[in-house]
Amino acid sequence: MNAIADLFRKCPVTGLKVDKNAENLIKANAVVAVVFMLLGVIAAFGIVLTRWQAVHLLNAEWYYRLLTSHGLNMLIFFIIFFEMAVLYFAGPVLLNSRLPAPKLGWVSFGLMMLGAILVNVMVYSGKADVLFTSYPPLMADPLYYVGIILFAVGALIVCMLFMATLVAAKKDKTYPGSIPLVTFGALTATIIAIITLIHGALIYIPTLLWSLNLMKMDPEIYRLIFWALGHSSQQINVAAMVSIWYLLAGLTVGGVVLNEKISRVAFVLYILFISMASAHHLLVDPGMGSAWKIWNTSYAMYLAVLASMIHGFTVPAGIEIGQRLKGFVNTRFEWLSKAPWSDPGFSGMMLSLVIFGFMGGITGVTLGTEQINIIAHNTMRIPGHFHVTVVGGTALAFMAVTYYVLPLIFRKRVAFWGMAKVQPYFFGAGISVMAVGMILQGMYGIPRRHWDSSFAGSPFPVQFPDIVNLFQALMGIGGLLAAFGAVMFITIAVATVFFGKEMTADSIKNGESGIPQGVLKLSAQVHQGANVAAVHKEGAKGTMILVFIFLVAFILYFFVNWKILSSTWKVG
Amino acid sequence: MDMEMHSGIVSPEGIWWKPAASQEKRWITIAFIWCLVLFGMMPFWHIKGGQNPSGIRTRVIEADYQARVDRFIKDYQVGTENGIPVVEPPAGSDVYLLGHMWEWTPVIKLKKGVEYTLHLSSVDVNHGFSLYPAKLNFQVIPGYDYGLKITPSIAGDFNIICNEFCGIGHHNMVGKIIVGESL
Ligand code: HEM
Ligand SMILES: [Cu+2]
Ligand SMILES: [Cu+2]
Repeated sequence: MNAIADLFRKCPVTGLKVDKNAENLIKANAVVAVVFMLLGVIAAFGIVLTRWQAVHLLNAEWYYRLLTSHGLNMLIFFIIFFEMAVLYFAGPVLLNSRLPAPKLGWVSFGLMMLGAILVNVMVYSGKADVLFTSYPPLMADPLYYVGIILFAVGALIVCMLFMATLVAAKKDKTYPGSIPLVTFGALTATIIAIITLIHGALIYIPTLLWSLNLMKMDPEIYRLIFWALGHSSQQINVAAMVSIWYLLAGLTVGGVVLNEKISRVAFVLYILFISMASAHHLLVDPGMGSAWKIWNTSYAMYLAVLASMIHGFTVPAGIEIGQRLKGFVNTRFEWLSKAPWSDPGFSGMMLSLVIFGFMGGITGVTLGTEQINIIAHNTMRIPGHFHVTVVGGTALAFMAVTYYVLPLIFRKRVAFWGMAKVQPYFFGAGISVMAVGMILQGMYGIPRRHWDSSFAGSPFPVQFPDIVNLFQALMGIGGLLAAFGAVMFITIAVATVFFGKEMTADSIKNGESGIPQGVLKLSAQVHQGANVAAVHKEGAKGTMILVFIFLVAFILYFFVNWKILSSTWKVG
Repeated sequence: MDMEMHSGIVSPEGIWWKPAASQEKRWITIAFIWCLVLFGMMPFWHIKGGQNPSGIRTRVIEADYQARVDRFIKDYQVGTENGIPVVEPPAGSDVYLLGHMWEWTPVIKLKKGVEYTLHLSSVDVNHGFSLYPAKLNFQVIPGYDYGLKITPSIAGDFNIICNEFCGIGHHNMVGKIIVGESL
């Protein structure tokens, strides 16, 4: 009996049993994620101030080196370490279960650390100036590929542990009925991760052998399989982000799941079409024909896009219904105007939803259209797009959920609470402005991954219109804002974890600062009674309007791009 | 009538496979129709539109492509600019452009309104063909010949910016296409 009590603690807020091994692994992975984010942010300052031609801070060598570092530390190490923490949370914690084989959790953590450190050593010693895509025939030191492989093997083990947790929880009957939607979403992310990591092995092991001169490597096949890894992993991010939206909707305002079936089917759609995702990186490549490109870039007729459009409706609608059940029923939008906007868990989640949907989704589908890609491939429109998906969407959602993880898992009151309240706005606004600046530059043909848009050293002068300077300033100022927003986040997270004040039952009762409103007073997670049917019947009238505004914006942006395409040279 | 609703962290009990409410059905239907439009535009543009990345796509040995470009230059060279040969091929012919670290070879003179087959390939690493300000972007990959039928629509000087990272000289890799008035 005592042994079991030692293994678990009971969460005073949610009543969940928390496995201490899982809790420690959450802490370790989350802390390390933030450290890699810091590396990424330091690089971000360097590259954004270099791309902004008026500043042009770094020399070419260091720009490309920090660009490599930024891509790897942000997109791979920060994001994936954080996702490992999410898996330990959505598995053992939400299911009230033990974590089977916790030692394996630490082994995988060690492998991932080793891999990430090795990669960084290679990059910073100048032995891997190949950017994170490392397209052959560009070659890095073999140890670089070894580092990536170690990291991936570690991540794969964590995915297996999550699966094992589901089995253990089912066997121990730790939860009634079916697994919660948030866990289901994490499960889809895990399945996608396993498929992705298999592609990773398929590509990085041959590449390692090639770098050791043991086999040949076809550059187009590399691109095909690399993006089966690289893009599918974005789908992991989307599935993890959407799961966090559902989680935070529940924790912050008692947002409900409108329909379990619809939300779960939408998650499954992500899995079904995932292996096709590499296509939209190859739309203007010589390796594949148009039929292949069209079918694959659309994930078989945009069914994965459909899935995102479903979540993009059901999440805000669930929040709206949750708020209406609390009594915010006046007008179409009282549920929004009376929402807890000073709770960074809530504001971060909402900004993530809006930025990902309105900006990231619309630009992404448009860029991923076979022909429209002709006017956009490898221009600044591409980093413009993914900074509003994986950064304004995923990274911001991860920040938002951290404001709940700190009190619920670390049991600390969030430090610098005043700063925490504004941090999501800084980061969200900054990244959006930066992305707009990038997209507009790209519209004028400014290339991505390019040290010198003045072309001072080139054999022929290239003159961009003056307005491009303005767009570069937008990117620069937005980028600085976002980077400061990230520094705020890191400061808050580190200060809370290492120096934060304990959160006790008393501090909750006294409503002390540094505790988000959803933790101070958890909204009802289950609603019953006559009122429920009435509110449900009324529906989400406000959300309906919002999604139609979204649809109109989507249609406009999409067809404006066709219009621009049609005005260029004939090509075929 | 009693009804239960819960958040995403609650394990649903009993049967949750229930029909969606009318509002969700409406949105999903509209979204699905929009997805079909998104999809349909691509085949439609192959039939009706003028810009497609189809091309004539073949594998090629790097040395063979280099030899083809050399012959192309020898046959039609009309001058040099900054040490790079300038070539004026006959209207409507096959045109061979080579990307290599860190130069586009040769400079090409074309005529407005005439269709050429522009071949793109590399003999070292990936490069990016980005025609400024015409907004045409294609990936250039060693071992692959991408033959695109292009028709310049306005006269003037166009730059070829390399927009795929190809090493430390990447940002200096700029070529040129000169489009003259039609015959
Ligand atoms: C904190 C604020 C951030 C700023 C100011 C920033 C800024 C930039 C800039 C200026 C570039 C270079 C674009 C180019 O020259 O082609 C870039 C590239 C990139 N960023 Fe960020 N970024 C930020 C956060 C992030 C985050 C959180 C992620 C991922 C989760 C991320 C992922 C990437 C990736 C994958 C690239 C492409 C690298 C490449 O082309 O090889 N960024 N970022
Ligand atoms: Cu190049
Ligand atoms: Cu280049």
